[in-house]
Amino acid sequence: MIDKTKELERWAQLLRYDVVRMISNAGSGHPGGCLSAADIITCLYFKEMNIRPEEPDWPDRDRFILSKGHACPVLYAALARRGVFPVKKLKTLRKAGSFLQGHPEIHTSGIDMTSGCLGQGLSVGAGMAVAAKIDRKFYRTYVMLGCGEMNEGQVWESVMCASHFKLDNLLAIVDYNRLQFDGSVDEVLSPGSMVKRWKGFNWNVIEIDGHNINEILPAFEKARNTKEVPTVIIANTIKGKGVSFMENDYLWHSLMDRDKLAEKCKQMKKDMENADSFYAKRLW
Amino acid sequence: MYKLGDSIPTRNAYGDTLVELGRKNDQIVVFEADIGKSTRSAIFGKEFPERYFNIGVAEQNEMAIAAGAASCGKIVFVSTYAVFASMRACEQVRTFVAYPHVNVKICVSHGGITPANDGVTHQATEDLGIMRTIPGMTVIMPADAVSTRELVIAATQWDGPIYLRLTRDGVPVIYNEETSFKIGKGILLREGKDITIIAIGDMVSKALDARDILSKQGILAEVIDMHTIKPLDESIILDSVRKTGGVVTVEDHQVECGLGSAVSEFLGENYPIPIQRIGLRNTFAESGEYELLLKKYKMSVDDIISGCFKVVGRKKKKR
Ligand SMILES: Cc1ncc(C[n+]2csc(CCOP(=O)(O)OP(=O)(O)O)c2C)c(N)n1
Repeated sequence: MIDKTKELERWAQLLRYDVVRMISNAGSGHPGGCLSAADIITCLYFKEMNIRPEEPDWPDRDRFILSKGHACPVLYAALARRGVFPVKKLKTLRKAGSFLQGHPEIHTSGIDMTSGCLGQGLSVGAGMAVAAKIDRKFYRTYVMLGCGEMNEGQVWESVMCASHFKLDNLLAIVDYNRLQFDGSVDEVLSPGSMVKRWKGFNWNVIEIDGHNINEILPAFEKARNTKEVPTVIIANTIKGKGVSFMENDYLWHSLMDRDKLAEKCKQMKKDMENADSFYAKRLW
Repeated sequence: MYKLGDSIPTRNAYGDTLVELGRKNDQIVVFEADIGKSTRSAIFGKEFPERYFNIGVAEQNEMAIAAGAASCGKIVFVSTYAVFASMRACEQVRTFVAYPHVNVKICVSHGGITPANDGVTHQATEDLGIMRTIPGMTVIMPADAVSTRELVIAATQWDGPIYLRLTRDGVPVIYNEETSFKIGKGILLREGKDITIIAIGDMVSKALDARDILSKQGILAEVIDMHTIKPLDESIILDSVRKTGGVVTVEDHQVECGLGSAVSEFLGENYPIPIQRIGLRNTFAESGEYELLLKKYKMSVDDIISGCFKVVGRKKKKR
């Protein structure tokens, strides 16, 4: 029998494959930021969040907003793998008529809010958290932000607001891969100390390795048990994690070389098929 | 509650109505951006503190929070000034309110030049146009306190987003409480045969004044209160212009993209007739007394009257 960690790691690896396959197939998209988020998204959708794949609009479900909406392929993959819609739909990403839009859209099953216009998701999440408090419901709201995204002023409006209203049912996760579109965060607009910034706004701050499942899950638990203040998880990650030539290369924020990606995709498939029957029956 | 002829800022009617609605419907939640005393949302906050959130001077955040709460089933009212809701938070309205089509009712004070002496930073004269361009938005400006109450109540029953614009300064009560209002249905206020005056918001009472004077000069004008410019009540326009053959539109807004545009676009495609638009023409206004500004910027009763004469003249030429 394999343990929970190992199982989650395998799902994460499968999501990475899905992402590479989807973006390669679509001919455009943002692989780097999908891969940095893959382990966290896996932990959210396969362990942490209370959702019903067969009833995606269940009113008491936990909410997730991918504020860095450009990374939606990894979210679509998680939803498909949890059974919200068929895995074969992943092929339709970014194609006309598909419900898998280039950026997330609320009308897609399993997507709780439209996103992709950076800087706004945490505000929306605060609104959901407020609604839960008014209704005395126990669902939680999770929002994932990119570190480049935090250049936007509205992020800080929502950060202030969430602590002011004591939204302890709101969890922010920063995918701190230190790269944005045009380069590193230090080159583009230095963030200073990420931890001190959030602490300054009275948030409960937890810093982790965002690729280590044994750090991600306990952080979620700590957040759940923290009352009166919202929690942020600063997840140190690697942009492009899992695809060697993409790792830490900001040029792979978006699809840089379609042929290279297609090649990689074939290779990944072969390697994964040989590695494990878990993958063999799930690859496409 | 409101007496005919009394001068009441429609924002006051908004505040009163919110409280009334709050008592009946516990799904109603109000978000404010630190001007609750002015937008009158504070009255709601006093009675329902658990459903009232002052988000601070942060309108973009406010709008997106509202969308989040609405997506969880709440009927959400957003209060701020028209300039800030329609321009500072424009993208938030478009992408988080309109695109998901959630129940956010954006009810904003200081429409048009009604915040007169506050000056241009506080006068929203482009907002109706901006909002009208967004798919799925409903865009309203009530003419007085009575219709404000009715339309705010109707807004809570309406499925989807609404932009409803209010006045800072007093406007005369023109309706009695028996009048019924429907979103998207104009009101035929006066019948006529020579020309149709279609007005919105604070300009409706000006249109009525213009009609009184015109009738003494031998022109019988029909007057329509087009409180909703989107969706536009096309049938009330057609019914009227088939009779009168000419239109003057009157709005406290730029002549581009607002009521005048909506009516012209519809008539241009369906029933081309002479039309004259009254409103701001490619200019900002300035600080000053409301009535003086209307005169200076050619939106006064006299300007409506001369607009009507122009159209009547063009009708004759056409024949
Ligand atoms: C408001 C807005 N401005 C610009 C963009 C274009 N854009 C897409 S991704 C991106 C960089 C985001 O960097 P980061 O938040 O660090 O994301 P990650 O590195 O995790 O992918 C930019 C500027 C956008 N989507 N939204």
